[in-house]
Amino acid sequence: MIDRNEVPKVNAGSMADIAFLLLIFFLVTTSIETDAGISRMLPKLPDKTNKPAVKLERNILRVSINASGELMVDNKVIPITELKSQTIAFLDNGGASQSEEGYCNYCQGQRDAKSSESPQEAVVSLSSDRQTSYGTYITVQNELAAAYNTLRNREAQRLYKIDFTEMEALYKNSETPIASKALWKQRIKKMKNLFPMKLSEAELK
Amino acid sequence: MSKFAKKKDGEVPAVSTASLPDIVFMLLFFFMTVTVMKDSSLKVENSLPSADQIKKLEKKDRVLTIYVGKPTPEYTKVFGTESKIQLNDKFADASDVGPYILMERAKKSEDLQNVLTTSLKVDKGANMGIISDIKQELRKVNALKVNYTTSSGDAFSNMQ
Repeated sequence: MIDRNEVPKVNAGSMADIAFLLLIFFLVTTSIETDAGISRMLPKLPDKTNKPAVKLERNILRVSINASGELMVDNKVIPITELKSQTIAFLDNGGASQSEEGYCNYCQGQRDAKSSESPQEAVVSLSSDRQTSYGTYITVQNELAAAYNTLRNREAQRLYKIDFTEMEALYKNSETPIASKALWKQRIKKMKNLFPMKLSEAELK
Repeated sequence: MSKFAKKKDGEVPAVSTASLPDIVFMLLFFFMTVTVMKDSSLKVENSLPSADQIKKLEKKDRVLTIYVGKPTPEYTKVFGTESKIQLNDKFADASDVGPYILMERAKKSEDLQNVLTTSLKVDKGANMGIISDIKQELRKVNALKVNYTTSSGDAFSNMQ
């Protein structure tokens, strides 16, 4: 006799097959995507109203990359490993004297009269050749970003005892409470004002 | 008599496969969470350069992607070995980038249209000429936020 009170057992033997099928489907149709990189703002197209700003030559760091990936900074050929320290020296120079407007009281550089006046004035001008490889270009962009991040980290450590990059990560983290987000936002903005990223790229011919 | 006596010599007990579905489901959930659906198949070689000063792109619905690289072997006969731009599923010229961005922007909801980022996924062997052309086109349609998408790693490994 069949016991009517007993619940019949479902045969789960094919469960593994079903799961494997689903697994293989997802393996085939999806991919692990990279979604991180170096973010940049392109400049607006020039129109009649905004004239190009005239800068003193001492406030410009000219970085050029040639077709074979060699680097020239301020008319000297240097290995790419030195780009970061050169850029830091240039940005952190603070050449304006104490009596002048725009004196940089947090700069720790050489105060060289031939290099930049203050981080606010300093501009990095990047030019490359049409034949330059993209990998080299990214390396240069990465080193320039590293120079700015190092300086911003230094100031953030001095003022708030935390790295700039860490503040940015905290600001972007969705688990950070909104109240402290406002604080991070304000501090990040302040750090960016201390060392504003001014990168100018020439159009390639 | 004793309960130990029943066991026959040399008989291997069957391995229980009852937990097999659980293991497979675990794998399935892992892949479901860490991967995303492919929206276009790649027709160009795309080994991204590496960098270490990178920021994560937050929301996927605010990103438009442009691929650049050499056509893969099956397309080299038709398209040659020079670096090409891929938009969605098609090869394109630099002049098509502007209309593509405008078209994709129009598809997004209005509150997202001003915060879109263009992600440039460029093979590290590509030349800067083509990138410069793309950037010029992006400036023309006022899509100024770009992200040079890279994998994370040592930046100096890009130079050989």
